[in-house]
Amino acid sequence: MKKLIIEDDEKCVGCALCMYACARRFGEAGVDSSGILAVSKSGFERGATVIVCRACEEPICAEVCSTDALKARDQGGVKYDEDNCIGCENCIYACPVGAVFKRSDGKISVCVHCGYCVDYCPHGVLSYKDIEPGEKDENDPGVET
Amino acid sequence: MKLDVLTIDLSKYEATTEEREDLKEWLGGAGLATQLMKEDLSSPGCDPLSEENVIVLASGPFTSAYPAAPKCVSMFKSPLTGNLGESHAGGRTATCISNAGYRAVVIKGKSKKPVYVVIDDDKVYFRDAGALWGIGNSLITGRIIAENEKGRGLRSILRIGGAGEKLVRYAGVTTETYRHFGRLGLGAVFGSKNLKALMIKGTKSSKVHDRRSHREMYDKIYKKAVESDAMSKYHLLGTAVNVNSLNEMGALPTENLQRTSFENAEKLSGEKLAESIGQRIACNHCPIACIHIANLREQYRDEPYFYKTIKISYDYELIFALGSMLGIGSKDDLLKMIHKVELYGMDAMSTGVALAWATEAFEKGLISKDETKVNLKFGDRDAYLKAIDHILDQPTEFYSHLAKGVEKCSDVYGGEEFALAFGGNEMPGYHTGYAAAVGHSIGLRHSHLDNAGYSMDQSIEEYPAPSKLVDDLMEEEQLRQMLSSLVICFFGRGVYSPEIISDALKPLGYDLSVEELEELGRSIYFEKLKLKKDLGFKAEDMKIPKRILETESSQGKLDKEYLDQALEYFKKIVKKA
Repeated sequence: MKKLIIEDDEKCVGCALCMYACARRFGEAGVDSSGILAVSKSGFERGATVIVCRACEEPICAEVCSTDALKARDQGGVKYDEDNCIGCENCIYACPVGAVFKRSDGKISVCVHCGYCVDYCPHGVLSYKDIEPGEKDENDPGVET
Repeated sequence: MKLDVLTIDLSKYEATTEEREDLKEWLGGAGLATQLMKEDLSSPGCDPLSEENVIVLASGPFTSAYPAAPKCVSMFKSPLTGNLGESHAGGRTATCISNAGYRAVVIKGKSKKPVYVVIDDDKVYFRDAGALWGIGNSLITGRIIAENEKGRGLRSILRIGGAGEKLVRYAGVTTETYRHFGRLGLGAVFGSKNLKALMIKGTKSSKVHDRRSHREMYDKIYKKAVESDAMSKYHLLGTAVNVNSLNEMGALPTENLQRTSFENAEKLSGEKLAESIGQRIACNHCPIACIHIANLREQYRDEPYFYKTIKISYDYELIFALGSMLGIGSKDDLLKMIHKVELYGMDAMSTGVALAWATEAFEKGLISKDETKVNLKFGDRDAYLKAIDHILDQPTEFYSHLAKGVEKCSDVYGGEEFALAFGGNEMPGYHTGYAAAVGHSIGLRHSHLDNAGYSMDQSIEEYPAPSKLVDDLMEEEQLRQMLSSLVICFFGRGVYSPEIISDALKPLGYDLSVEELEELGRSIYFEKLKLKKDLGFKAEDMKIPKRILETESSQGKLDKEYLDQALEYFKKIVKKA
């Protein structure tokens, strides 16, 4: 299954074009429905990076969802059915990466690994790759995706 | 797309939002800010440091919709010139205003005690800043607020350093650590209002009018942006690439413009500074990433193996003002100077030009060590670092005058012939010829970015009649008003032709032809000129410092007659406006 991968976070300039791309899928000019967040590393003097879903095989965000709005996908990550979402924010608190975000309507946004943002990352931070569960990402030494 | 304006009254600790569809024709940025200034500055003759001054911060309709339009236009009455103040900054300010649901924010009144204000989407909080007041280092203020407020990645933190608190008339406002509302003294206006900082958190979106055509237009603009020259020019070496070329053509102001080439220019060049690049970062929603940050590693003198690494952003204008203009000839010395000015939140250009004048005045005996407390000498980094401290602390009457700008200081001590300011604003780093000299004089904010005369000088083969030169400069400035109403970064101007802008506005619900856009630029220009006149601008007061005529530019010595004719022609235009 193809997944969104942070290829090299050192290259991130914090431009946030990925965020605007993600929200654009919903006809938005802005960041409300974005499932990815560009941040400085505690101030731009230490650089920038993006925070995004790592496509867990056993996603804790789905485990804590009591309404089945978030469901685990077969090969990692989650599917989001916003009609079922009641805005309880359990998933936001459960995700250790901080990759589930609150929208202005009280519901959530999370990356569903569609790869749309990759084409708008001008500096080679993001990529979209076929990675099997348990397979190692060569750019992420020691960490299994 | 709605056009909402948030007004914050610091005297009453109140905030109100108003939908202003009636101002839609002005789009945003410079166009909208001019109209809001006209409305909200009820006493145009007011003291810029009084409660009556207002601050407008404006974003544009493209900011969250398309890349490379992330500039925030600030307008206020300038405490440096006593006239219209306008300064633009990148970072996240414009996108956060837009994503919080506003096109512009207006700040009025004066808080009774130090505060910082938090705009959290549709809520506004007034926070006591008593414990932050007195922190001279703007980096620390920014860090404290960042650590105590929520909204990482979705907020912009505008703050002043010591210079804004001490009302240095060329104090700036810093945002996202490395971007600045640098020119014309917005920092002193913040300080005068007891406003230490403004945080804007914006987490929302607006719906576009036509989703499919918006995406198509976005792709077209994005592709053009990443494939354009802007990427190679501004992303690679950045604006510092100009140091060597301006030096070679004899246009690099050196030692208070006594010369236009600097023997140590190579040591301050973009190529040399690139050896110290630690990283590059971008403004929000812009692919160019033009912000270059150098690492400076310093050892503490008294402790072995104890180092600090400072991260310093640089650009051409800082290299000119704190480098060649002061005869500072090494990369590390330059970086230390930039860092000092950054900490205090002073405008680098005004500070450098003011110190360059002071050095020459000191050499000529107009002022002595009684006034300056240090022996000012071109190239002497340590003397300048102390002098910058003194501009902040103002231990002598002289420094309190120098903190008012080079024009006002030379009124007191003499040496106005080598006080390098246009309209009260210290000169930018180009002695390229007639178009720069005239451009800085007639530009409505006396900035090189108003009409890019420096660029015209470099492409011109034969100068036209003075009136034609003024017309050409005004035409460029009018085009730039239109770009600035959409807050398109001038680095990305090659991407945004009027045709593309017209097409890109349609999916957002605006229908403006190329001709209408050009007309809009002209209207904004004359609206701004009228506002400038209301604020007391008198074209007959315009003067070009004698030094500009004495020192050879890259186009040779400038003829006074030509410059006088150009200014005379412009005076007639001002009179009619």
